[in-house]
Amino acid sequence: MSEKDKGLTRRDFLKTSGIATGTLIGGGVLGGLIGYNANKQPDTARKDQGTGKDRSSPKGLQFFKNYNDFEVLSQATERIFPKDDLGPGAIELGVPYFIDNQLAGSYGLNAREYMQGPFDIGEITQGYQTPMNRQEAFLLGIKTMDKEAQNRFKKGFANLEADQMDEILTDFQKGKVKMDGITSDFFFTLLRSATLEGAYADPIYGGNNNMDGWRMKNFPGHQAAYINVVDSDKFQKINPQSLASMDH
Amino acid sequence: MAKTLDKVDVVTVGVGWTGGIVAAECAKEGLKVVGLERGERRGTQDYQRIHDEYRYAIRYDLMQDLSKETITFRNTRKEKALPMRQMGSFLLGEGLGGSGTHWNGWTFRFLPYDFEIRSMTEKKYGKDKIPDGFLLQDWGITYDEMEPYFDKFEKTAGISGETNPLGGKRSNDYPTPPMKKTPILQKFEKAAKDRGYHPYMMPSANLSETYENPDGQTIYACQYCGFCERFGCEYGAKSSPEITVIPAAEKTGNYEVRTNANVVEILKKGDKVTGVRYIDTATRQEYIQPADIVVLTSYVLNNAKLLMVSDIGEQYDPDTGRGTLGRNYCYQMNAGATGFFDDQMNTFMGAGALGMYMDDFNGDNFDHSKEDFLHGAGIWITQSGSRPIASNPVPPDVPLWGEEFKKASIHYYTRTLFVGGQGASLPFKENYLSLDPTYKDAYGLPLLQMTYNFTDQDRALHKFATERSAEIMKDMGAKEVVPENVLTDYDIVPYQTTHNTGGTTMGADPATSVVNNYLQHWDADNLFVVGAGNFAHNSGYNPTGTVGALAYRCAEGIIKYSKKGGSLV
Repeated sequence: MSEKDKGLTRRDFLKTSGIATGTLIGGGVLGGLIGYNANKQPDTARKDQGTGKDRSSPKGLQFFKNYNDFEVLSQATERIFPKDDLGPGAIELGVPYFIDNQLAGSYGLNAREYMQGPFDIGEITQGYQTPMNRQEAFLLGIKTMDKEAQNRFKKGFANLEADQMDEILTDFQKGKVKMDGITSDFFFTLLRSATLEGAYADPIYGGNNNMDGWRMKNFPGHQAAYINVVDSDKFQKINPQSLASMDH
Repeated sequence: MAKTLDKVDVVTVGVGWTGGIVAAECAKEGLKVVGLERGERRGTQDYQRIHDEYRYAIRYDLMQDLSKETITFRNTRKEKALPMRQMGSFLLGEGLGGSGTHWNGWTFRFLPYDFEIRSMTEKKYGKDKIPDGFLLQDWGITYDEMEPYFDKFEKTAGISGETNPLGGKRSNDYPTPPMKKTPILQKFEKAAKDRGYHPYMMPSANLSETYENPDGQTIYACQYCGFCERFGCEYGAKSSPEITVIPAAEKTGNYEVRTNANVVEILKKGDKVTGVRYIDTATRQEYIQPADIVVLTSYVLNNAKLLMVSDIGEQYDPDTGRGTLGRNYCYQMNAGATGFFDDQMNTFMGAGALGMYMDDFNGDNFDHSKEDFLHGAGIWITQSGSRPIASNPVPPDVPLWGEEFKKASIHYYTRTLFVGGQGASLPFKENYLSLDPTYKDAYGLPLLQMTYNFTDQDRALHKFATERSAEIMKDMGAKEVVPENVLTDYDIVPYQTTHNTGGTTMGADPATSVVNNYLQHWDADNLFVVGAGNFAHNSGYNPTGTVGALAYRCAEGIIKYSKKGGSLV
């Protein structure tokens, strides 16, 4: 089996999308790309999270050391989950900070996963066998995206037009971009999963700002009980609530 | 240097459903029992902030720490087995209550056909119906013999349900009535009934009403919050070992649970076992716990591994067909169809076992003369609570990221249903468990090695069950029905099911089984091994109902043995 068959499979997507058929047609329609200033917090970041209390602790980088890497990550997540007429995209939701903060901890270090050698490349059904942890995989992936942007368009990834970013992301997804140690489709799967996790995890993790990911989707978050409405024929629109509402 | 502790009557390795049941029954009889659990102590008080999809369902907070121990896997003997580095195909549990803490609560009885599968198949279709290489065998016990133990487990767990019109005979109704039949379930029921099938409310360990079990433990009424599988229950409304059998055992004064205790060896002298050696995972201090009776009550894979590293029993060899340990490893295959609807539904509400099931195509409930497979699949629907990270369904023509994906996945989050087919898995000579020659766990022991692939039988059954599921989904009014992809090779990466079975099978013949029908080891009569590893094949159901019943059978055997010794059969 060639190395490029090893990363992203339809089955990987099945885990997060709930369905296993179909093919990618493109990176999605243009638009929704907002100018991102890393020094400025989106206003929503300061809103309270359903607790009635002021929650103004700032977000900050715990893993990335330079803003260019963080901007590349931010723009890539925004292309995966863009702002549109339904609501905010990845950047406004705080997804890049969510990913940064997760990378700084056990997720980034693969702390609860088997990382002992030897590392052999096996069959695709045996799962990915890289010795690289997610911190290393993200840094390499981001730097490779930036390099790819320079080679193709003579600009950094974060300064590309949306359709140029989509072209690069699509090639990553298809495993067409050469990387050392991991394949580009493996990295793309990681990036896509982390983006959706940041959009929809409880806001206590730093993404899903103002629970807007949940609002768009009509997911009510942490609710004590549905026993009185579960047998109703009517769709129930319920104001979402974060686990933070339990803190006193 | 290992510290030797005072001898006890019974030591169990692992404290989930089986360890808890064995402990409760033995302690009630006056036996002194110690339960060794390698994970942490936990209970309802630890689940108050459980509505956290990211922490529990995505990052697997309640599951096993794979950095310490995992398994290796390969599809065939020709390949080199490599470690399962991340949790995927199945989710290994750890901690008090085991998988009984974070299960969904589907609580079935296997069919009469399951327990006598070889004789009943040969009788009806002739010997040639069983394809070459399939190690189909009777279980050494019949459904009628199992019935009192099923009944007992259902009463302990307070199962909510209604009689399965195509199941085995029952001595009693379920202890509590079925859960609410929601509009989503009604769609399935109508479509199935219109086709002449026999759907029934799924037997559920999420209780429809508050219930006190025969041990005096209370299980509360389910609130339909939508967080069951991969989560503990903050209400004590999902029947779990830590709210039932474990406190029942502790109440006797004859039971001690020791957590952070990872057993690494079963100690044997002559034809008896003498106790176990374990490591405190926090301090790394080693202990020897002597016991008159040792009971392996951990997960399927760990029970088999402990026997292998302790060199008890003969390892199965696929070349010669000799040996029983590791033989008959089975999994399950999941068929089904996704349906995309126009109207919004309350898909985010529910409970793990809020569902309907039908057995018209399960077991031998339909004629197999013209089918190229044996057994079958339970066809089901559940409303278990879709959560937003894991549930981003889009029709096949929609891209998997970008604006179109965002719109479609948000739109269909509340407009998508799934009808599944949970398919039986039959033992094949090339599918087995053994020890890995290369990779080690945190304590220096070899990892368990799994050699497994789907068979032609699985692929034929998968196709059949997917077609039946898709027909029902269409009748339910989906505007687009997407059947599951054709089954190819088994892949350890995507989550499928945690219904691993076999490896320590029960039976009437020591040449083809590891334990007898009291789950007593053929080679050491004071060693018992209980769990889904005892299954000689896997059925079209979830295993826990049958595992719970076997644990009661095992406890009865242990009590008998403690009085008179010797082989129980």
